[in-house]
Amino acid sequence: MLLVYCPHCDVERAETEFSCRGQAHIARPSDPSQTSDEDWVNYLYVRANTKGVYAERWRHIHGCGRFFNAVRDTVSDKFLKFYKAGESMPDLEALAKEAGK
Amino acid sequence: MSETLANDLITPDADAAPLLSQPDVSMLKAAPITRLSLRARETTLKDAGSAFGVELPVQPMTCEIGEKRAALWMGPDEWTLLAPADDLKSTFDSIEGKLEAHPHALVDISERSEAIIVSGEKAVWLLNTGIFIDFSLEAFPVGTITRTIFHKSPVMVWRTGTDTFVVEAWVSFMDYVSGLLVQSARELEAA
Repeated sequence: MLLVYCPHCDVERAETEFSCRGQAHIARPSDPSQTSDEDWVNYLYVRANTKGVYAERWRHIHGCGRFFNAVRDTVSDKFLKFYKAGESMPDLEALAKEAGK
Repeated sequence: MSETLANDLITPDADAAPLLSQPDVSMLKAAPITRLSLRARETTLKDAGSAFGVELPVQPMTCEIGEKRAALWMGPDEWTLLAPADDLKSTFDSIEGKLEAHPHALVDISERSEAIIVSGEKAVWLLNTGIFIDFSLEAFPVGTITRTIFHKSPVMVWRTGTDTFVVEAWVSFMDYVSGLLVQSARELEAA
């Protein structure tokens, strides 16, 4: 089981309290009616699914209920960073280097 | 029962038989109380607190207790407010009146959940049969409040004393939660 840190509650809890909601930092097109079908499909369905360091959205659904982001190495399953939703994406390459990848 | 937080608020239901009474751990059904869910912005917290009678805690997983009032931190913009069952209307109206001009959501959730009081020196052991949280006093001091998962049911756990916890679950999940706790407690008897 993974241990996940919630930046809102400031505690580390078992994975069962959380739900992972896929890739983070995907902005909704600002004007949907002007967005082409192809771009809309990309926004809805196409994800990077990186093998390696990946920024994901997590939700502390059985705790404070809030969303936050986490950087996880999808190979080792180790978390490298947790930060609140709305904060800018950290430098993934630097984080990967720090973790010794 | 020894002195605990919110003694005047969370009381055992006198009409209900104890769910569990063993020398080292007991479980009592709590009497109904008023529960209000408040979602509000930071700028309105002071007003909400003064209308309710207790300040709203901003420190994660903490509570503020006053006379017959308790405000529990649920999330960065979410609180559960507890008051005696009879005070529902007056509490609701006074907060609603104060926050009228501001965006907020105040909802009566009194009937949504039921609470049990788990106490005794084995209370921590018993809760840990279904909850993966470190309940040592350093990590989870008296007054700490959190939502979590008990086996498969969402619960709220509130430490009101060194050996006393209030466990709240949705009404339809309470049989599951208390049933599993009673079953786990049999292990203590057998030991």
